[in-house]
Amino acid sequence: MSTYVGTVRSGASRFLEPKAIGILGILFGLLALWLAIPPIAASSPVWPVIAGLLGAMCGVIALSRGAYRVGGGAIASAVFGALLAYLATRSSSAKLDQVVDASLIAQMLVFATPLTYAALGGIFSERSGVVNIGLEGMMLMGAFWGIWGADKTGSWFWGVAIGALSGGLLALVHAFFAISLRADQIVGGVAVNFLALGITGYFFVQLYHGNNIPIGVAQVPDLHLTSASSTSFFGNSFGNLNYMIWLAILLVPLSYVILFKTPVGLRIRACGEHPRAADTVGINVYLVRYLSVVLSGILAALGGAYLTVGYLNTFNENVTAGRGFIALAAVIFGNWRPFGAFGATLLFGLSTAIAFRLNVYSDQAQTLFFALPYVLTLIAVAGVIGRTVPPAADGRPYKKQ
Amino acid sequence: MSEPLAPQHGPEPEEIAEDAPLTPASRLAAWHRAGGIITPLVTVLVAFLIGGVVIAATGHDPLQAYWDIIKGAGLNWLAHPWDTNIAHTAAYNFSQTLLQTTTLILCGLAVAFAFRCGLFNIGGNGQYIVGLICANWIGVSFVHMARPAHILLGIAVAAAAGAVWAGIAGFLKATVGAHEVITTIMLNWIAYWIGVYVFQQGGPLQAPQNVANLVPISADVAHSAQLPVFWGIPALQGLHIGFFIAIGMLVVFWVVLNRTTLGFEVRAVGFNPDAAAYGGIKVRTNYLRAMAISGAFAGLAGGIDMLGYLHHYGTIDVQATSIGFLGIAVALLGRNTAVGVGLAALLFGGLVYGTTHGLQSGTIDPSLAGHLTEIIQGLVVLFVGADVLILAVWNSRRKLRRREPQAAARAAEVET
Repeated sequence: MSTYVGTVRSGASRFLEPKAIGILGILFGLLALWLAIPPIAASSPVWPVIAGLLGAMCGVIALSRGAYRVGGGAIASAVFGALLAYLATRSSSAKLDQVVDASLIAQMLVFATPLTYAALGGIFSERSGVVNIGLEGMMLMGAFWGIWGADKTGSWFWGVAIGALSGGLLALVHAFFAISLRADQIVGGVAVNFLALGITGYFFVQLYHGNNIPIGVAQVPDLHLTSASSTSFFGNSFGNLNYMIWLAILLVPLSYVILFKTPVGLRIRACGEHPRAADTVGINVYLVRYLSVVLSGILAALGGAYLTVGYLNTFNENVTAGRGFIALAAVIFGNWRPFGAFGATLLFGLSTAIAFRLNVYSDQAQTLFFALPYVLTLIAVAGVIGRTVPPAADGRPYKKQ
Repeated sequence: MSEPLAPQHGPEPEEIAEDAPLTPASRLAAWHRAGGIITPLVTVLVAFLIGGVVIAATGHDPLQAYWDIIKGAGLNWLAHPWDTNIAHTAAYNFSQTLLQTTTLILCGLAVAFAFRCGLFNIGGNGQYIVGLICANWIGVSFVHMARPAHILLGIAVAAAAGAVWAGIAGFLKATVGAHEVITTIMLNWIAYWIGVYVFQQGGPLQAPQNVANLVPISADVAHSAQLPVFWGIPALQGLHIGFFIAIGMLVVFWVVLNRTTLGFEVRAVGFNPDAAAYGGIKVRTNYLRAMAISGAFAGLAGGIDMLGYLHHYGTIDVQATSIGFLGIAVALLGRNTAVGVGLAALLFGGLVYGTTHGLQSGTIDPSLAGHLTEIIQGLVVLFVGADVLILAVWNSRRKLRRREPQAAARAAEVET
């Protein structure tokens, strides 16, 4: 029996349904935050707090009428919204302007891009039925060998290509152990991460003596949509983005079309949902899985290469610093779908971009903000914000009969 | 050696069951145990071989490099163990290897215990950090406590913190079925940032007298909370009694798993959750319990390290901490058994110290050799995870011989 019995309602009363009230509560929570940041930037905490209270009330009403998920979400958004808004109103507006401005969107995209590549890679691998914990390692390979290639060939393009290749090779190792040897995929992924950490660290010391990469390594150029002096909102946000950022944004719909609108995607998903059935209708499960995992490595490595060749222009030991795991989180957060994962990477990118700016307030606020993606993912897998459903055969080795 | 009931990877258990010879249990166990020794040995050998190829390919002498690493780990001390004078390099290096072994035993047990329940606890590092933080907090506060009480409190709180941290993952597994690998990874990073938070400039555990430092660190734990050192000098990271606690935990691990109802239930769930549930064992309760106990081991490792030799910690240390991850390699190589974990911890303890601080070599630089450890660690985990391969090759001939008559019998059955 369901928790509440739905009846046929007239148009007006549909807005009184618990779910609608809950969504209203979420909107109130966002409103609370919106009031406190530029351009409105209310100076008194009263209005944001009132909005937050209204949101929490809506949440409680929704909860009491059976819409648990939306209601919980509303209360959470109201509390967070009001809290952040309160903090924002307490600080000076000059500081606030430093945190929230148009370039925030550009920075969000900068931080989201490596995650997007890796998350798309993770989706391909997991949709074909192979868990890829090794995204982090594959990113790291792309990051190091990408900048090494850019340094040696003098061309950013070949650098990125070499980086992608190195990630593909590492993915091939993972694929061999996970698919052909039917080893535990999670153990294999963990091993791949250690391996990448060791290999990149070793060769960084061997080739560059652990010092920084020479200054002036070829860098991925920006795509200038507006004149450099433009200060419009659009210009600041999207005017001077890297080619690889645009490529990442293009890859999202492309991945969606491939996975959900083409026969190739159907085969990949079939191998992830029911490999035996796929095998029965003549799909080569091993081949599909091999190709998907290698593609996943190439994509993750592109993310890593963007990080070094496209953004940092240098390399440090373990430069990816957990980004592969955030990408993995984005895959789960986005329910193994390209657009969902992209949304998650934007959210995580935004939280990182804000975190970097929060040091105008205090280092503590910055640090806690860095942990936000992980906390959100933990909440997401706990089932508070909707259910996440992995592919049915994800992580299960397939044995041909 | 304990009875190896470890959850295997891949379809290996079925094959063993199929292959079970005429005298069932005993010969099965003996065969399994033989595989249990051979596989790790082959694994380590191959991993070191590939590591050697990497060393040679980058223009260093692999044999000399490995010999230097062995000396760096102080393993040459074993040739003359009566010389316990800590001033001698071999003895000092060996004491430092044992210091690392202490941590690795506990981190390995953390992974192994969860494994025996069919859970993969990747969160050892996070639980270790949480244990470190709590032990530091207890050690720095409560300065007026008597020594044994202060130490016990610090260790207990560290272990409890680790248990709670892993317990979150266990709870989510038990209630909503969230995969423990995902949750422990996330908890690792949350612990990491909490660690940075508490030790950073202005953080709650950052020492006020160290404000001027460029690198923020915590205060030292009070003398009353420091573990007694039995080999070496406390100021030079002497070997503390935490070593015996770790050894004791190996025994506890074995007894709990093999001689208690709790251990029986944990192993039953690890073997086959459905069968265990059918037999009246509460699977969810056991997931939560196993994760909490597993986390307690890792938290204990953090507590013992903090009170034993670290005494203080900083943000840079948090960022560099990866010993909890080594526990995965230790547990897998030790096949999730007490004796195996002990031996694997000694191997990796030697490797960790011998390739970094202990290494004095003209052949290979410590900064290079440290990464060699990571490569070997990765290869070991990779190969142990795929022990199906080695076992399959090992038994293929015998299997074939037995299969033939069986297959013939089955074919005859089908025909009739």
